[in-house]
Amino acid sequence: MSKRAVLELKVRNHPGTMSHLCGLFARRAYNMEGILCMPMTDKQFSKIWLLVDEDERLEQVILQTNKLIDVLDITEHAASHEVFEKLECFFNS
Amino acid sequence: MKISGAQLIIKLLERQGITQIAGMPGGANLPMYDALLQSDIKHVLVRHEQSAGFIAQGIARVTGKAAVCFASSGPAATNLITAIADAKLDSIPVVAITGQVPSPMLGTDAFQEIDTFGLMLPITKHNYLVRSIEELINVIPEAFSIALSGRPGPVAIDIPKDIQNQMIEIEQWPEPGTAVALAQPSSTELEQIQQMIESAQRPMLMVGAGVINADASEQLVQLAEQLDIPAVSTFLGLSVFPHSHPLNMGMLGMHGTKATSIGLEECDLLIGAGVRFDDRATGKISEFCPQASVIHIDIDKSEIGKLKTPTFAVNADIGATTRALLQMTSGCQRIEWHARIQYLKTKHAIITPEHGQLSNPYCLVQQVAEIVGENTNVHTDVGQHQMWTAQVYPFNRPRQWSSSGGLGTMGYGLPAAIGAALADPERMSLLFSGDGSILINIQELDTAVEHNLNLKIVLLNNRSLGLVRQQQTLFFKGNLSAINNRNAVNYAAVAEAMGATGFDLNDAADPQATLQQALNTPGVVLINVPISENEMVFPMVPPGAANKDLIEQQAC
Repeated sequence: MSKRAVLELKVRNHPGTMSHLCGLFARRAYNMEGILCMPMTDKQFSKIWLLVDEDERLEQVILQTNKLIDVLDITEHAASHEVFEKLECFFNS
Repeated sequence: MKISGAQLIIKLLERQGITQIAGMPGGANLPMYDALLQSDIKHVLVRHEQSAGFIAQGIARVTGKAAVCFASSGPAATNLITAIADAKLDSIPVVAITGQVPSPMLGTDAFQEIDTFGLMLPITKHNYLVRSIEELINVIPEAFSIALSGRPGPVAIDIPKDIQNQMIEIEQWPEPGTAVALAQPSSTELEQIQQMIESAQRPMLMVGAGVINADASEQLVQLAEQLDIPAVSTFLGLSVFPHSHPLNMGMLGMHGTKATSIGLEECDLLIGAGVRFDDRATGKISEFCPQASVIHIDIDKSEIGKLKTPTFAVNADIGATTRALLQMTSGCQRIEWHARIQYLKTKHAIITPEHGQLSNPYCLVQQVAEIVGENTNVHTDVGQHQMWTAQVYPFNRPRQWSSSGGLGTMGYGLPAAIGAALADPERMSLLFSGDGSILINIQELDTAVEHNLNLKIVLLNNRSLGLVRQQQTLFFKGNLSAINNRNAVNYAAVAEAMGATGFDLNDAADPQATLQQALNTPGVVLINVPISENEMVFPMVPPGAANKDLIEQQAC
């Protein structure tokens, strides 16, 4: 299995944001292994967690994602981040 | 004040300074067209929505400002797609506004319903499906701001008909959308560039359209002069340097001269300014500038390191960077390198035959340029004529040159030239086209005639799809497939039939005199010029090969 990284995105919460993000990954042939999205306490914003490959393209993935108008902020985490691990039980039962 | 959504759209466009809109009405944008009647904005009716996008591009490219096109839903929106995708690839600020079926009918496969949001999404800088009239108030200025900020690009706004008809009370207008301030280079970055240039023996500039977008052409030429650095230009960067400038080596890449290819092989520092290292420019990128350190200056951070890993990169305004470097550096001469460049330029110049016959594409382009003079905006379609023009046309000012670079859209030329003629009526709008390209949007001759534009079309007619024929000749053993359409169209007669003036050099006793007469004829003029189908564009780098492995001419 290739190495993974976790990206944490703060985005504008409105219809279309998800399409822009998924469209970007699809047309640039970036791998998206997992995606989680929920509105934040302030409903103007949503948080999106992405599980992606950590390879030589990751920097370009982040730069392109940052260009999306609805993406306000990106933080990069190591794959060991617990967000996807804690959800494991919902997917492997 | 209570107004409709459609009136709101038009009012916000007026506040953006929009004076002309190209488009076509249809069921889903009728309210906007109704509101347009009350406005001073001039509407330019097109004969195909694709042209509305290209006319907007023509306006935007010649003025540097954002331009607008209108289309209805369904097929009108799909027709726009190509022109918007073209604007994305060439970073042109266009705002495309489409009508959509009423919100309650969205998702029901209603008449002329199509997922315009989904279609525009991958080919725009950003796009919207407006969900409420309140949202509309902010979406329009924001669209302009996005289109103009940083690296420009197209923005599409899809507006359901019920939102156009809905009423709203407006108490205060939002500020018009403008470009946000550009990132500035830091002093450390500037010093690093200065140092790298100072320690280089054989530096080379590579200039792109980013320089034109930053309005920094003059300063960059000054900087090149001050530091005695020769320059190659990308296809869209042509016109940053005046053609005859001693430091200008012209276009690099697939149809660039051998001089640029050797110069880039030999340079020890490459300064990429407002470029994106496109494959048509670099050839096989792993073999591009093998000896050189690379400085990359670009306003789009994602372009830095995307294809060519720079030694040093600056993600900042090229204009501010150039101005600062002008102040920081003092004059220097690079006698040996300068002499080497001049030698290469002379040795590998594109040769124009001395006979001067207009059936030779270079003779034709150069003689047209001589007749029309500097006060001309030059356009091309896509194909051999485009490359011949790029190779030899004597550009002398930024924004004089307009062509479909990234997407390479045949059919771009005529509507884009119409856009330039509308936006810059003081200058002649000149179009070089081919018999392949012109037929794609020839219906717009009617539009040009309607507005009595100062538009001259020079049609290089080889009765075939020349660049395809060329590739089949060179790389497919001469097996010609689907390129000769036995094109027997009488283009001069077509022009006449559509109300323009047509000339044909085929039956001209004195072609030079006829060309002169045609280019001096007022209004819309089409000049058919027969070119041999055997003419090819050389040099040519085979697709996928390194630039140094160019083919100089066809082996006999």
